[in-house]
Amino acid sequence: MSARFLLRKVLGAISTLAFVVTVNFFLFRVVNDDPTATMYRGRNMKPEQIASLRQKFNLDGSKWEQYLAYLRQLLRGDLGLSMKGSREVSAVIGEAIWPTLLLVGCSTLLAMLGITLGYRAGWRRGSGFDTSATSFSMLTYAMPDFWIGMVALGLFSVKLGWFPVSGLEDPGSAATGISQLLDQLHHMALPAIVLALAYVGEYMIVARSAMIETLSEDYLQLARAKGLRDAEVRRRHAVPNARLPVVSLSAINFGFVVGGAIAVESLFSWPGIGQLTSLAVKGPDFPVLQGLFLLLSAAVILANLVADLLYSRLDPRAGGR
Amino acid sequence: MSDLAQVSPRAFRWARRRASAAGFWRSLRRDKLALTSLVVLVLFVVLAVVAPWVSNRADFNVINTGDNPVWAKPSGQYLLGTDNYGRSVALQVLWGARVSLFVGVAATVLTIVLGTLVGISAGFFGGWIDAVLMRITDWFLVIPFLPFAIVLASVLGRSLWNIVFVIGITSWPSTARLVRSQVLSLRERLYVDRARALGGGRAHIIGRHILPNVTPLVLASTTLAVPISILTETTLAFLGLGDPTDVSWGGILDQARTAAAVTTNRWWYYLPPGVAIIMVVLAFTIFGRALEAILDPRLRDR
Repeated sequence: MSARFLLRKVLGAISTLAFVVTVNFFLFRVVNDDPTATMYRGRNMKPEQIASLRQKFNLDGSKWEQYLAYLRQLLRGDLGLSMKGSREVSAVIGEAIWPTLLLVGCSTLLAMLGITLGYRAGWRRGSGFDTSATSFSMLTYAMPDFWIGMVALGLFSVKLGWFPVSGLEDPGSAATGISQLLDQLHHMALPAIVLALAYVGEYMIVARSAMIETLSEDYLQLARAKGLRDAEVRRRHAVPNARLPVVSLSAINFGFVVGGAIAVESLFSWPGIGQLTSLAVKGPDFPVLQGLFLLLSAAVILANLVADLLYSRLDPRAGGR
Repeated sequence: MSDLAQVSPRAFRWARRRASAAGFWRSLRRDKLALTSLVVLVLFVVLAVVAPWVSNRADFNVINTGDNPVWAKPSGQYLLGTDNYGRSVALQVLWGARVSLFVGVAATVLTIVLGTLVGISAGFFGGWIDAVLMRITDWFLVIPFLPFAIVLASVLGRSLWNIVFVIGITSWPSTARLVRSQVLSLRERLYVDRARALGGGRAHIIGRHILPNVTPLVLASTTLAVPISILTETTLAFLGLGDPTDVSWGGILDQARTAAAVTTNRWWYYLPPGVAIIMVVLAFTIFGRALEAILDPRLRDR
């Protein structure tokens, strides 16, 4: 990996981040030029009260001054105050990160089973297994993730009573240690499976087409000519070469992990980033939305950078691009 | 060949178009799945269009449903039962098709127009125009799509056109990239050189040579973009960002959740809209793939 390549990628990521910050300011201060309006509109508030609200959310001065103030504030790591309860936005978001990483992390691991299935489907292209795998991934792609969640909730939690309906743990439960952990896992199982179902198709399709790309390569012919068994040709010669697109997809998806599953978390009342987003939309709590958007974008930008660098490491041909 | 020379260019062009349309239809007819998808799509479009003639929007207005039974199970009278306000679920799904399909198509048109404009300008003019446009495209590509759409929709407020705008503005970059790469290869073709040598201006070359040649590809990507727009509308409406005066499939699911249809096991409220979404999205996807395969022979063996 050349230093120039590295520099270009890093600068690209920084410029994207700068773009996001600017868009973020533009959306919340220019398109919607007074985010506090939802707080005082229709209420009988004295002008002084409105003025102090505006001051609290840094709405005084020209747009340009506000923009500079926003940048300075961001550099200090300050995301402003939430409209609900006037808490620090960074604290509100910070609380929500761990439940999301836990839930979406587990479901991503489950969904990655799709990679193996995709390799097998691609290896036996056109077989019954391939057809059913491809159809399955198309079907799950067509279903909104939260709708899978509604059906699963109705069937497994309400009708059969196998899983709790919502939340992180039983309300009022005083359980600690192992039993608390088991309770949380029990609560997480259904949303995690639902999310995995929603993601598995994508991994499968990417793995399958990466495998199909390698099928026509000469080294597979050679491996067969050497007399290797079919499974061995696949495992030792085809899969390692089909790994590239899958690795970069996983890295990019990791950025989306932080964004979580907005609708699914909200459906299961899972207290993560997703539920926070949907609550902030309902409020509307603009400072929280602004902070969330910045965080989610930064995560994806970082993940893309990592994916690019990883790719050029794994495939020397890409380094010179 | 001697016959051909006597045919006017206009008639020749039409004959060629007819022949390629016939060839297209022949390829499509072989693909039973794609044909079935087309039938499903036509069915949904017809239902959406005739809804105002076969039913009355006011019939499921909350102010008119006071006398209806609430949470009625599916029966002869209420095909898909009723909800917590006594509104017919079947009617809501029927009218929901109008909004979901309209948003899906309108947002896709906006996406395609924006993407094609940017793609052609970048690919054709090259140089700094290309560099600037592609930088902007890359920025938009990297920003996480759904959070961006959600934030934009919350800031703009809840309306049908805002949803269309939000989806269009967040999904044009991939079309732009696709069109640009196509234009880059078209630009170097001999017939473009010939047109240029004969004194054809930029407008002429773009209008007569570039645009007609990117159209098939754009068409296939349009068919594949509609289901994405529909799914995005569904998610936005489920999160409470849909037009409050209109009912869409995602909006029905939002109301079903608010009315606790899931936890009280009233499956007839949340299953039908989901099935409708799946059918339309699957049909668009399958038909779009088939279209792509016919128009782009390189994909045929995949």
